Amino acid sequence: MTDDDRVFKALADPTRRYLLDRLFVRDGRTLTELESELAMTRFGVMKHLRVLEAAGLVVSRRSGREKRHFLNPVPIRLIHDRWIGKYRERHASALATLKSQLEERT
Amino acid sequence: MTTATEKSVTQVYRVFIKAKPQAIWDAITQPEWAEKYGYGCRVEYDLRPGGAYRALASQPMKEHGAPEVIIVGEVVESDPPRKLVQTWHPIWDPQEAAEAVTRLTWEITEEQGVCKLTVTHDVTGAPWVAAMVAGEMKDAGGGWSWVLSDLKTLLETGKALGMC
Repeated sequence: MTDDDRVFKALADPTRRYLLDRLFVRDGRTLTELESELAMTRFGVMKHLRVLEAAGLVVSRRSGREKRHFLNPVPIRLIHDRWIGKYRERHASALATLKSQLEERT
Repeated sequence: MTTATEKSVTQVYRVFIKAKPQAIWDAITQPEWAEKYGYGCRVEYDLRPGGAYRALASQPMKEHGAPEVIIVGEVVESDPPRKLVQTWHPIWDPQEAAEAVTRLTWEITEEQGVCKLTVTHDVTGAPWVAAMVAGEMKDAGGGWSWVLSDLKTLLETGKALGMC
């Protein structure tokens, strides 16, 4: 599996995207903190965090007795630079604007 | 105390680069390398504890009225090519200059021919700096994730992506 594959696979799951969103709001959370926001077992959250770590989207750091989780945005940036940059950001943003305009009308 | 909306005081960035630790170390600390990626600023490091660090404005920055020196700091720990700890204080903008001095740690570890570069930025007491380096500030570039993405591209392909 390539690095990009791991990132896309990690992002393909709504629970993992939710975990990333939680870390975006406040970084450096412990497993216990993250677990409290999900209707899921501790083991389930750990499993998702492992997939995110393997993809490089989460970096964990020990601080004392705690393990804190940080959102690492670099893999997403790399995909942005590799894919969006290649296919012209301009076109993508024009389409995104069009989409939001059309959706506003409905 | 942290609230739900408050930005974390530490930001962590990690990138895997197919290069030797020394090449990554040089790209961080040598002026002729540093100007080739990211914001394109030449850097000056006196690589010993207490030594000075300065980042100099690029030509486009000067054209926009930036002073000669835009970031200052001090080397705290230098263990080439593995670990560099320094302070990092942007001074070109009064808002950021008035904030607390931040602390930056660069760590390079080699794993099976690939290097892991981890940048830990302690931005306690510096919310404007925090927003800037997170790439959240309009017209201030993409922050660390953009710089590190560009550094990876430069070291792996010999060519940077250029300004974002």
